Amino acid sequence: MNPLLSVNNLTTSFNLDDGDLYAVNGIDITLHQGEILAIVGESGSGKSVSLLSVMGLIPMPPGRIEEGEVLFEGKDLLKMSYREMCRIRGNEIAMIFQDPMTSLNPVMRIGDQIGEALMLHLNMTKTRARKRAVELLELVGIPDADRRTRDYPHQFSGGMRQRVMIAMALSCEPKIIIADEPTTALDVTIQTQIINLVKRLQSELGMSVVWISHDLGIVASIADRVAVMYAGKIVEKGTVDDIFYHPRHPYTLGLLKSIPRLDSDESGQLEEIPGHAHVCFDQPSHCSFANRCEFKTERCFQEIPILYETDIGRTRSACFHWSRLSENENV
Amino acid sequence: MKTSSLAFSENSEISIVSKKRKRKRRFNSGRVSGIAGCTIVTCLILAAIFAKQLSPYDPSSQSGKPFSPPSAEHLLGTNDIGQDILSELVYGARISLTIGIVASIVAMVIGTTVGLLAGYYPRVLGRVLMRFVDIILIIPFLPLLILLAAYLGRSLVYTVLIIGALIWAGTARVIRSQVLTIVKQDYVLAARTIGASDLHIIVLHILPQVLLLAVGQFVQATSGAILLEAALSFLGLGDPLQKSWGTVLYWAQVRGVFLTPAWKWWVLPPGMLISLAALGFALMGFALEQVINPRLKNNSK
Repeated sequence: MNPLLSVNNLTTSFNLDDGDLYAVNGIDITLHQGEILAIVGESGSGKSVSLLSVMGLIPMPPGRIEEGEVLFEGKDLLKMSYREMCRIRGNEIAMIFQDPMTSLNPVMRIGDQIGEALMLHLNMTKTRARKRAVELLELVGIPDADRRTRDYPHQFSGGMRQRVMIAMALSCEPKIIIADEPTTALDVTIQTQIINLVKRLQSELGMSVVWISHDLGIVASIADRVAVMYAGKIVEKGTVDDIFYHPRHPYTLGLLKSIPRLDSDESGQLEEIPGHAHVCFDQPSHCSFANRCEFKTERCFQEIPILYETDIGRTRSACFHWSRLSENENV
Repeated sequence: MKTSSLAFSENSEISIVSKKRKRKRRFNSGRVSGIAGCTIVTCLILAAIFAKQLSPYDPSSQSGKPFSPPSAEHLLGTNDIGQDILSELVYGARISLTIGIVASIVAMVIGTTVGLLAGYYPRVLGRVLMRFVDIILIIPFLPLLILLAAYLGRSLVYTVLIIGALIWAGTARVIRSQVLTIVKQDYVLAARTIGASDLHIIVLHILPQVLLLAVGQFVQATSGAILLEAALSFLGLGDPLQKSWGTVLYWAQVRGVFLTPAWKWWVLPPGMLISLAALGFALMGFALEQVINPRLKNNSK
């Protein structure tokens, strides 16, 4: 089956005063119809920038897409004209943002904001768009939707606003929804509601979702496949279960160890990954995680690892020493 | 737990009260000038609208002896050809105010458009436009105004366009700085992700947020536009068929009235009206500015 979206060798840099910052450094992502792909990584690992590049929303300059292609249904989004891109955004690929408190226009009625995309893409009249907005609000579980469409964003709570954002993203029934840490700004009970909502809608409407997050707990509960990013590169990818139970990259292992667990018998401190996240000025010449890695060898400082096949079915790991992780696991 | 929540609610109550009080004080300081300005402007506009009913004579026809001093028949006397000056001034309000207001509407449209574009595309277009704005701002107004008016000819439309073309720069600056902060808001990015074009974002998401600011600028610009119009007309560059307050002064000057006792009823009243109109709009603009301008709002907190 052809993937719905395939990103090949995407490289995005920012021209800053101190040199070129490579925020995304040759990543490959494939997304199939009806699948939820999670992209995981710590702050500054390039998760958001890679997906904004896909949407063509990197501010240029200083941003620049150095190379790569983004194939959506076989067409390269990076080569599309401004007008064609406007037709893709919202209509075929929609986005949900991290902070629902600031992502809605404070002086526009909710109904009008949801109707905006409908009027833009489906040429709906204002009345029809408003009617559809009510249906969408009902779909995302906002009670008294008819009256609420006439409210302004400040009359909604954070969780409700995120539901509105989801309704906006869904409005044109896009094939892909990119969710950029949509639960980070919400409290835990609301997080669960939003996750369940997205899962329900995803299975009902059959869209594909790219879920960006730094929270592995959330990823475990929602994703089908996971890609772990570090310093602008994908260091490991595979199915959720494989990644969580059989990590084959030391960075993923480190991330997993740093999650508090209810079921662990050991008491005491959480393990952390020593050092700081690597910032890529110019192209790296070796594994960018090497400085912080507990498995590092000479080779790690001389070569750049590619994504190797591993002993776990579909898992690919960008580590020369993935086999040592597998040995460790079996001990 | 209980005490902490109690303390919190008390605190928030206090802050609400003090906020209210502050808002009231700020409102009051602008209020006096606002009311004064509105009264002046309303009176003048009413006079202009009801010129026919208010003026005792037809301003263009001879209604008395030339150079007659104020009397019961002619409250402000007559001019050199026996036209009633009060009637001239009442009708002149139409011309002066219309030119002032229309010119600043022109300025508001140009200024807002330039400000929106410069703020939305700050890199290339914005830089070019703002340098242009700088140039407009440092050009000495009056000589350019005279040059343009002399070159283009004396007509109402040209006067409006010339004044409008010279006073938009301030508006453009204010609007641009506001647009620069709005563009960085998440909801603008969110609008982009739903496929909104730049034009759509500018018109639907940004323009409504700066509109109030533009209106404030418009009121302030009107004050300047009225003064500029008076200056132009006084120099004889206004439309000769449409007598404004400045034109009345121009004829007074041409007839050498400044050196005769007639200046008291021929020169003083139009001069005072011009100042009054400019003052009225300035006061209104001042009051509006206090409510609208985001920078003043932050300072008062």
